[in-house]
Amino acid sequence: MVAEEFSSGNSLFHDLDPRIKIIVASLFSTIVAIADRTEVLLLALLFSVFCVILSSLSMGKLIRRLFLVNGFILVLWVVLPFTYPGKTLFSVGPLDATAEGIRYACSITIKSNAIILACIALLGTTPIFKLAHALRHLYVPDKLVQLLFFSYRYIHVIYLEYVRLVNAMKVRCFHPRSDLHTYKAYGHLVGMVVLKSYDCSERVHDAMLCRGFKGKFWVLDHFSLERRDLIAFIIMLLSITGLGFLQWGKGLFS
Amino acid sequence: MHISEGVLSPSVLVTGAALTAAGCGIGLKKLDYDRVPQVAILTSAFFVASLIHVPIGPSNVHLVLNGLMGLLLGWPAFPAILIALFLQALLFQFGGITTLGVNTFNMAFPAIICFYLFGYAVKGRNNLISNGAAFACGFFAILLGSLMVAISLAFTGDPFVGIAKVVVIAHLPVMIIEGLITLFSAGFLKKLKPELLEVVHAKR
Repeated sequence: MVAEEFSSGNSLFHDLDPRIKIIVASLFSTIVAIADRTEVLLLALLFSVFCVILSSLSMGKLIRRLFLVNGFILVLWVVLPFTYPGKTLFSVGPLDATAEGIRYACSITIKSNAIILACIALLGTTPIFKLAHALRHLYVPDKLVQLLFFSYRYIHVIYLEYVRLVNAMKVRCFHPRSDLHTYKAYGHLVGMVVLKSYDCSERVHDAMLCRGFKGKFWVLDHFSLERRDLIAFIIMLLSITGLGFLQWGKGLFS
Repeated sequence: MHISEGVLSPSVLVTGAALTAAGCGIGLKKLDYDRVPQVAILTSAFFVASLIHVPIGPSNVHLVLNGLMGLLLGWPAFPAILIALFLQALLFQFGGITTLGVNTFNMAFPAIICFYLFGYAVKGRNNLISNGAAFACGFFAILLGSLMVAISLAFTGDPFVGIAKVVVIAHLPVMIIEGLITLFSAGFLKKLKPELLEVVHAKR
């Protein structure tokens, strides 16, 4: 259940320097999130699709993922056309759908999916431990990176504990219903998971102290920029600058 | 509770990111290196707990538990929730980089508020009061959270006011469930490991 679905593989994007991927992903997301011209958004989507193709991910998994993520967007499609002011396009009962509303919903859908695809292609193709190392190299606070390291490391451990507890409940014929007994059982389940994780953290901390931990987390992965990384970085940076130029460039010259 | 990428306006995104940065700054400052493993592994516990789906009528909701997180962690709940959401964004693509700030603040701010409002009452000796406070803690954490989501949407533009109202109403049943789950799990922890509820109140 908790797995990095896209991180293993062999492609240009899997081999790129994680630092570059983080920088490009953040820049791209920011630019696209604040852009509002349709042609810019369409080009951004093209950029993302291109990235996804280059990272040769399994299409089936990717499409399933996109369906899951677009739930909130679906809600927007139900509500936005009817609440956005503008010319009426068609009516459903007392509600009027406006052309502007539909256009707006369209642009949000493109925007959102462009960002998600780019993030899957860039960040999804990196193992999370490598990302954490790269974040440390990018001067993210030490404690924050340590938190990321530990919590990701122990999600799997705690998840197995959780599965064990749930199996124990199932063996005892627990059927979730909408009643107080169910909520009490779930409350105790949560409490037990928290308790086990607390005990686990004490053991981990003691083990670290035994091995001479003094608060400093050594970074073991060092990345080296190669020519391929630099070329990819420059191309992607230029594309993003191009997007920004298309969006705001006109104002600079008039 | 997640707002997707590309929905919110730049000003809302920037405000959210700045507030989250400030909150995490305070949270990290109050967090000793000695407590890092503890907070981190509790974060993974809450990550796993958010995978639990609790039935309610014909449908089901997944747990958020930001109230309980606030109770157990105090200010470090800010970086903890940031990490949990970051991992969710990486593993499931729920939320994303640009909305990370807003989404974190929307969940972590209520957690801190509930910590200050109910923290002492929950660990108190009177069972009735502490149970009531635990329920209120879970309930208000979601209520405040959904209000924050609604505010972020409403500030983005007038067309979103409708959706903002839907968000708050849709979370009403979640509030009750979260209240009950927080009540039972806090009571459980108080019985089995009372010091867990005390850790955050220790002077440092």
